[in-house]
Amino acid sequence: MSGLPTLRIATAGSVDDGKSTLIGRLLHDTKTVFEDQLAAVARASRRYGDGEVNLALLTDGLRAEREQGITIDVAYRYFATPQRNFIVADTPGHQQYTRNMVTGASTADVAIVLVDARHGVVEQTRRHAFIASLLGVRAIALAVNKMDLVGWDHGVFEVIAKEATAYVEALPDPVAVVAFPISALEGDNLVERSDRAPWYAGPALLPWLEQFDADLVADQRGARLDVQRVLRPQGSDYRGYAGRLADGPLAVGDTVTMLPSGRRSTVVGLQRHGAAVESAAPGHAVAVELADDVDIARGDVLVAGDHGVRVSEEVEGTLCWMIDTPLRAGTRLWFKHGTRTGRAVVDEVVHVHDVTSASRFAADEVGLNDLAVVRLTLSEPVAAMSYRVSREGGRMILVDEATNVTAGALLISEPVRPS
Amino acid sequence: MSTDTSLRNLTLAGTDAHLESLVDEAITIIREVATECENPVLLFSGGKDSAVLLHLALLAFAPARLPFPVLHVDTGHNFPEVIDYRDEFVRNAGVRLLVASVQESIDAGRVVEDAGPRASRNRLQSVTLLDAITEHGFDAAFGGGRRDEDKARAKERIVSFRDRHGRWDPRNQRPEPWDVLNARIRKGEHLRAFPLSNWTELDIWRYIAVAAVPLPSIYFSHRRTVVERDGMLLNVGGPVVLEPGEVSFEETVRYRTVGDMSCTGAVRSDAATIDDVLAEVAAARITERGATRADDTFSESAMEDRKREGYF
Repeated sequence: MSGLPTLRIATAGSVDDGKSTLIGRLLHDTKTVFEDQLAAVARASRRYGDGEVNLALLTDGLRAEREQGITIDVAYRYFATPQRNFIVADTPGHQQYTRNMVTGASTADVAIVLVDARHGVVEQTRRHAFIASLLGVRAIALAVNKMDLVGWDHGVFEVIAKEATAYVEALPDPVAVVAFPISALEGDNLVERSDRAPWYAGPALLPWLEQFDADLVADQRGARLDVQRVLRPQGSDYRGYAGRLADGPLAVGDTVTMLPSGRRSTVVGLQRHGAAVESAAPGHAVAVELADDVDIARGDVLVAGDHGVRVSEEVEGTLCWMIDTPLRAGTRLWFKHGTRTGRAVVDEVVHVHDVTSASRFAADEVGLNDLAVVRLTLSEPVAAMSYRVSREGGRMILVDEATNVTAGALLISEPVRPS
Repeated sequence: MSTDTSLRNLTLAGTDAHLESLVDEAITIIREVATECENPVLLFSGGKDSAVLLHLALLAFAPARLPFPVLHVDTGHNFPEVIDYRDEFVRNAGVRLLVASVQESIDAGRVVEDAGPRASRNRLQSVTLLDAITEHGFDAAFGGGRRDEDKARAKERIVSFRDRHGRWDPRNQRPEPWDVLNARIRKGEHLRAFPLSNWTELDIWRYIAVAAVPLPSIYFSHRRTVVERDGMLLNVGGPVVLEPGEVSFEETVRYRTVGDMSCTGAVRSDAATIDDVLAEVAAARITERGATRADDTFSESAMEDRKREGYF
């Protein structure tokens, strides 16, 4: 509840690497766990476990999860320290629930990837590091857990940290990796530095998260507004184009370009939270009034300044595929990009990523939980950007026509061909 | 109680970035689901979370009117102060109120009421709610549920799918990458949308304080005749009748949550103002549901089980 913005964290890693225990420990040690929750966990621990209070049960909220001792879906948790607010997505480790891991990691600033010190870097470590870097987390905190079970061996920690860092550096979207030797069960190096690893000179995990700066100043560019709805009060001339501002600031007096029409106009009014404002920043939910009486509808995009948007009916990007039915050239889907929806057809599966070796191979189809580069043709042009440059302009969901289930998350890459 | 507040002149000036970003997120969700769906409704119980939700919904479309009605599922065991408050709030806000009555579901033989001192109409609400959704053809229902309330709620998507039977399948939820919300459904299915998913109890109270959201008087300390039952202080009267051996007494209390009188407990409290309540909530060591809701303490999966059946 102070100056630094809320930090969104996703935990990832293989089954039994201790994700839920880590979060339970963070909640417990920051005094976020209430007495009745702790009592309920103690009761459940007696029922499902060996009698030790199992802090993982704080986040494993579904009956099936407690019975099977695994995490199926993302659990969201909230805590605050005097430094800042945190939102934590505890994501599943099982490969079959990768779609839920993608859900949890898609909004994260930092991914905490856990590794069991006894087993080292395994396939799920690589998969999750790959997905987290692809989704654009600002850093990966590599939590080398269960250090107590390897006698706090410095050499073990070094080998794991080096292997994981080298892997992430070779990925298509490398990101900083910071390694922490921890014991989630015992609480070592989580809230305070532990004296069990005198060879470790870095900070404990929580203090590092408290000071982490997730804002990239270099990202500042022209504003983007995907129009959700036109606000038209009865008996009034007011026309407010409502949406959530992205990419850059917008102020009264700014010139904006409407896409896909390309017409230009001037901002004459801005409103946020029901009140008039002179300017707004990325993330703000606003309504924009323009000087000219123009034809703008849901799905259209307003951009300002040097935005770099290209309007296109063809997109290429990296796809996280999340349903059993394989995707192939010719597969038809619904798409949603910003507030624009329409139909999409797959032109080509360019290649599939091998997450184990961070290499790629040619393939005709994309299976459940695969990461692949694909090309699509859309029924409507979209104002697209590279995901690396603009989260809002570069992301698209694909929806299965038969079931309406969200089937894929597409991260648009460059170049996007102009139509 | 006063519900006299301007809903058109809110500024969050002086609050911190965390609360402002929660408001931005909630307004974006409300606008998106209301625009993607054809016939949405907002579930309004008169409790603090639904009051904040309705307040935000009014802001989301201002200066235009709220483009959908609000629905109250009335158990017939509501606190009279809450019903008065509900009527005044919707009248002042110019919102269309629909009421779905659990009593009518009982009279029509759609549900059978439990007997005994611990009987509650809480669970029966699911049937009344689903019937109302079917009757009015609603394709989306906004709810004030928060992920910090309960471990089953902690798992729920912002836009949460319900099949033709109104069921939630927690083992097989739709993926929800980013905040690109998928509101696609087939006829007969519907969505629940939770714009306050990422709010905590403290965030709710901070918003109530800065935005001057009107609340039912029972959220603030007052004298009340209560009985202690299963560790909870229940209001004596209405559905709660003293059992042999039970003794009623006067106590200074307030309510942390507002639900059915039969299962919503009061807490001992001197917190008479919003600032008092904020201080109390910040120092609380027991969750609001654990402290005040008999319905959630029956079993460790109580909320999950009710949600699977179509509960809020």
